[in-house]
Amino acid sequence: MNRTTYLALKYLAVLVWSAFVVLPFLWMLTTSFKTANGVTGGATWVPWLQYEPSMAGWKSLFGGPGGINIVRPYINSVVVTLSASALSLALGTLAAYGLSRFTFRAGPIRNGDITFFFISQRIMPPIVLAIPFFLMLKTLGLLDTLPGLILVYVALLLPIAVWVMVDFFNSVPRGLDEMAWMDGCTPIITFFRVILPNAVPGLVVAGMFCIIFGWNDFFFAFTLTFTKTQLLPVSIVALNSSVTPWWALSAAAMVSVAPLAVLAFVVERFLSRGGLAGAVR
Amino acid sequence: MYRQKYVFLLPGLLVLVAIIVFPLLFTIRVSFSSWDVYNPGLNWIGGENFSRLMADSRYWDSLGRLALLTVGTVTLQYVLGFALALLVWRDIAARRFFRVLFLVPMMTTPVVMSVIWRTIFHESLGPLNPILDAIGIGAQPWLSQSGHALAAVMIVEVWQWTPFMFLMLLAGLLSLPGEPYLAARIDGAGPIRTFFSVTFPMMGAISTGAILIRLIEASKLMETVYVLTSGGPGTSTETTSYYIYIRGMRDFQIGYSATLSLTYLIVMIVSLTVIAKVLTRLLVKDRT
Repeated sequence: MNRTTYLALKYLAVLVWSAFVVLPFLWMLTTSFKTANGVTGGATWVPWLQYEPSMAGWKSLFGGPGGINIVRPYINSVVVTLSASALSLALGTLAAYGLSRFTFRAGPIRNGDITFFFISQRIMPPIVLAIPFFLMLKTLGLLDTLPGLILVYVALLLPIAVWVMVDFFNSVPRGLDEMAWMDGCTPIITFFRVILPNAVPGLVVAGMFCIIFGWNDFFFAFTLTFTKTQLLPVSIVALNSSVTPWWALSAAAMVSVAPLAVLAFVVERFLSRGGLAGAVR
Repeated sequence: MYRQKYVFLLPGLLVLVAIIVFPLLFTIRVSFSSWDVYNPGLNWIGGENFSRLMADSRYWDSLGRLALLTVGTVTLQYVLGFALALLVWRDIAARRFFRVLFLVPMMTTPVVMSVIWRTIFHESLGPLNPILDAIGIGAQPWLSQSGHALAAVMIVEVWQWTPFMFLMLLAGLLSLPGEPYLAARIDGAGPIRTFFSVTFPMMGAISTGAILIRLIEASKLMETVYVLTSGGPGTSTETTSYYIYIRGMRDFQIGYSATLSLTYLIVMIVSLTVIAKVLTRLLVKDRT
């Protein structure tokens, strides 16, 4: 095989996969401008030429007819995702720093076991926790409320924060801490004055993963809320039926996935600078 | 002074223990009760739920199906993710653009994209069948026949999560040292030989990590199935999580679903531990 064929095949492969990635998004975009007639007219892609575009789907997002008003669920999702991510990041960073710098011992349990305990929570299938969570929140009077969801999401996101941050702190030399200790700083002051300002790259990666997993969760938002505090994915899936208004659905899906799709740029920047190599090990 | 170390660890640890461990202990207790709609409460029925489970073929079928789906999709994701990572690793124009593009699906909400995929798979109005027609494969009954429905679930999972494999493996490729490649070139090794003797062995550790993470996440599979097929047609795409969901949250058999959950968790932990051991032995070698 000569070099030209090799290159042609390489670009062909890249383009085929790119099409696979992009077509669902294009389909979603074009469908969001259709009406009932546009949808039943078959799988068309080009507005004006193949179907008459309309803004009905997009208007329905703000209470227009034939769809679902997603303003409230959107705000709920933002509040829950950001609060749970911030809490998990705070608790997770503290725990990760402790695990990476000090020795903990309880019987046969060592640091490595505690770290493993944190991370291993990701193995737990959501369904195993769903019913206990339901009863727990019911007992606490937090069912169908934002604080209840935030509490549950912290349990989901904390392992991710600990995982990324332990790795990060382990890759930071201890000289920095020791110098501060010799200057008479207590560990807590050292952490806030010296370590935290230097941990920003790790915090960005951990925070990003927390936001992705928080924003994209569906199951807990689905089982632990009813109508009062719907999150975005739940209200979108509620549109899913045999008579789904595809245009409203597509418009809602667009505004739901757009903000995080932008994060791909951030991830790529870290990747190209080699910043993820340590963090995603 | 070192007593302060507990200030770092304890808040996070206590929160996690409170939120996870108590529900788990509670589940263990509930699994020995017959809690359901008619008799809510914690009675003691011994191992009755467990003997019912042994005879519950729908449960064992769902576990087998889950194993098939998990291993199938993760293998596909690994092979495709590795290929994509190699493609945009170096020597290609606009590689940063393609890297961003290939990452995008993993950032999108799985259930939301599943809802969109459901319209794509629609047999008469969706865009997929016309495309297949055009390239000569012909229209397929995507969501109404069991084999096709399983394939549809796998396609969605591959679309959504291949980017994660791609991310991990590309990060690994970008952190590889240059010297072994120089040595391989001096020895006159071709690209295929170089891949199998240099690249692949050096990627063993990160491959194991990436595959394990994906196996863990894929074995929870439920949301895609819920949106795309609701487990159907019949029970042909029902995964274990989804079956437990039906028993617990729809039929409200809290006691029995707790038993199913526990067994599922144990099966998962045991099989993932075994797989982790095997993969580590196969892929992570100290080659000098």
